[in-house]
Amino acid sequence: MCAMSNPARDPAPSRLAYRVQRLWLTPLFRRALFRGMPLAFLVALPAVWFADDARRAAIGTEIAALRDQIVSRPEFMVGMMTIKGGSDELRADIREVLALDFPVSSFDLDLKAMRVVVQELDAVKAADLRVRPGGILEVAVQERVPAVVWRGEAGLEMLDRQGRRVAHLEQRAARPDLPLIAGKGADAAVPEALALIAAAAPLSARLRGLVRVGERRWDVVLDRGQRILLPETGALVSLERVIALDHVSDMLARDVLAVDMRNPNRPTLRLAEGAVDELKRIRRLQAGASEG
Amino acid sequence: MTDLYQSQRAMRKMRQQAMDRGVIAILDVGSSKIACLVLRFDGAEPAGVEGIGALAGQSRFRVIGAATTRSRGVRFGEIHAMQEAERAIRTAVQGAQKMARVRVDHVIACFSGAEPRSYGLEGAIDLAEGQVGAADVARVLAACEMPEIGPHREVLHAQPVNFALDHRSGLGDPRGQIGNRLACDMHLLSVDESAVQNLAHCIHRCDLELAGLASSAYVAGISSLVEDEQELGAACIDMGGGATGLSIFIKKHMIYADSVRLGGDHVTSDISKGLQVPLATAERLKTLYGGVVATGMDDREMIGLGGDSGDYERDSRTVSRAELIGIMRPRVEEILEDVRARLDAAGFEHLPARQIVLTGAGSQIPGLDALAARILGQQVRLGRPLRVQGLPQSATGPGFAAAVGLCLFAAHPQDEWWDFDIAPERYPARSLKRAVRWFKDNW
Repeated sequence: MCAMSNPARDPAPSRLAYRVQRLWLTPLFRRALFRGMPLAFLVALPAVWFADDARRAAIGTEIAALRDQIVSRPEFMVGMMTIKGGSDELRADIREVLALDFPVSSFDLDLKAMRVVVQELDAVKAADLRVRPGGILEVAVQERVPAVVWRGEAGLEMLDRQGRRVAHLEQRAARPDLPLIAGKGADAAVPEALALIAAAAPLSARLRGLVRVGERRWDVVLDRGQRILLPETGALVSLERVIALDHVSDMLARDVLAVDMRNPNRPTLRLAEGAVDELKRIRRLQAGASEG
Repeated sequence: MTDLYQSQRAMRKMRQQAMDRGVIAILDVGSSKIACLVLRFDGAEPAGVEGIGALAGQSRFRVIGAATTRSRGVRFGEIHAMQEAERAIRTAVQGAQKMARVRVDHVIACFSGAEPRSYGLEGAIDLAEGQVGAADVARVLAACEMPEIGPHREVLHAQPVNFALDHRSGLGDPRGQIGNRLACDMHLLSVDESAVQNLAHCIHRCDLELAGLASSAYVAGISSLVEDEQELGAACIDMGGGATGLSIFIKKHMIYADSVRLGGDHVTSDISKGLQVPLATAERLKTLYGGVVATGMDDREMIGLGGDSGDYERDSRTVSRAELIGIMRPRVEEILEDVRARLDAAGFEHLPARQIVLTGAGSQIPGLDALAARILGQQVRLGRPLRVQGLPQSATGPGFAAAVGLCLFAAHPQDEWWDFDIAPERYPARSLKRAVRWFKDNW
């Protein structure tokens, strides 16, 4: 139909229209338009709004105010603290370390951190904190029980059965019921010391205390300056041997300065000076020599 | 030669890409209409019916978009006004894309003009090993002597149509068979270079990639000849608007194609000149009242010519239908006689079965089969294209034989020369590729 006159209207799309239609039929483009653009719009709108510093600050204060409003509702307020267990001094100590200024909102109470703070007190073995209905902060503590008095470098300390420090002690006389241990490193061997003290019950009237020597072994100190030197290992057995000897021959009642059990195969007695002379004299008499 | 080989290979690769993506467009650039079909390849066989998959492979695709537009800037099946043709292609592609609701990037095109010329080539090689391998097929194809196709011509199709191994001929696929001497016959179709370049340029300007080219005579034959016609020998005559293409098939291969630069447009212009009416009116008269065999009834059937010149005498003219037929018949006879001359030149009478199938929009003239039987021979039938899935009713007429054939061509392309690897002998002597190939072939 080469020579036919051209029709008035050409149905052919323009190059631009053709390209736009092809673009429109591209799946990636459609997806970008239908999914990407609304998404971008949703992201861009708040981003543009928040680009302004003043608006950001305003919204910050708004949020803070709202939070305050909720936090300070009476339902969430904690008015008092009760402490269960523990001595009066410990309770006072707990009140001091927690330093809470009631009333306070339960949102502002960090119970975990407070529990750590309470447990860091030496006298506290375990602590439980919870907010009870009615706005009461309940602190349940388990106090450590002092088992021995330790005379260390820092003065007198009370230790529990595991050797953990319980409290400082001004005078030994304040707790005469507790046995005394002394020496550097004695707190690390408290269970052994307690066993030794229990074993030394027959000597309890004369027992002054235990001394840790060289951070490795114990000396049992009795009155009149008598000492029982115990070995590093098998201290309990050695002590029982000494007590048995004492029981049989009344050894410790004599003029002995020290019973040296450090070598268990070779127990040694150290006599007082006068006692040695006396012994020699008696030996001579027995040998038939006349006095003089 | 290598240039074309490479560009054809590139097109074949592009076609494969498009198949992988699943969408490809078919563009039939004709002189009177440009049709665009969008195919979707999903590989799904139609459920239930066994064996239907073999139906020329056409069940593998579905037509999802179709659009037709009046052709502009195309004459004798060649582009002669680039801008106009580009706009027409754009219209068709846009319409088809709109219907398919998908964007197509790859297009396979066919055209009827560009003076196709057929050549029969033959080559033979001695086989080194007894067995024929793929490399031997490539070598025998490369051994075909290239005819002088003349300057500014390009090879559009180069299809091996027959292989012979020693004394056995008519082998479809010689690979794996044992013999000493392999020979092949190849059909080569050359077309005018500038026509191909113009079409490629037009398609490129529409932002599309050319994924294949075919002669419309060939693809019309694929779609409108039935399987045994293709097997036993038949000619397909595609009567288009500006050119009439003819292709001869035997053993399912095209062995000859040509085109006559006469078509329906010439009939229209004859009517226009003879009856002194505008071309649009002439086209309408041809379509509604046209024919080639006049009967007594036609003398009495008067047709108003119409017109809006303002002159009553002129606007109220009437002609009898016999007069119209009298104008049309000599031109149709001329076309058919030209076709006959080409068929004779091609030696069509030596084929075992001399079936002739008329297709194309021009074949719809009433009485054409009787006229064609007189001129071309007794075995003439009117052909319609194969039915393919999803094709709209409006696109099932004989005018769409080439478009439908192109769909089948896209789904099941015939092996062409460039589908085989280059024979090692044709590489440059010091090429690294040659060394690589040698290693590949020998280990």
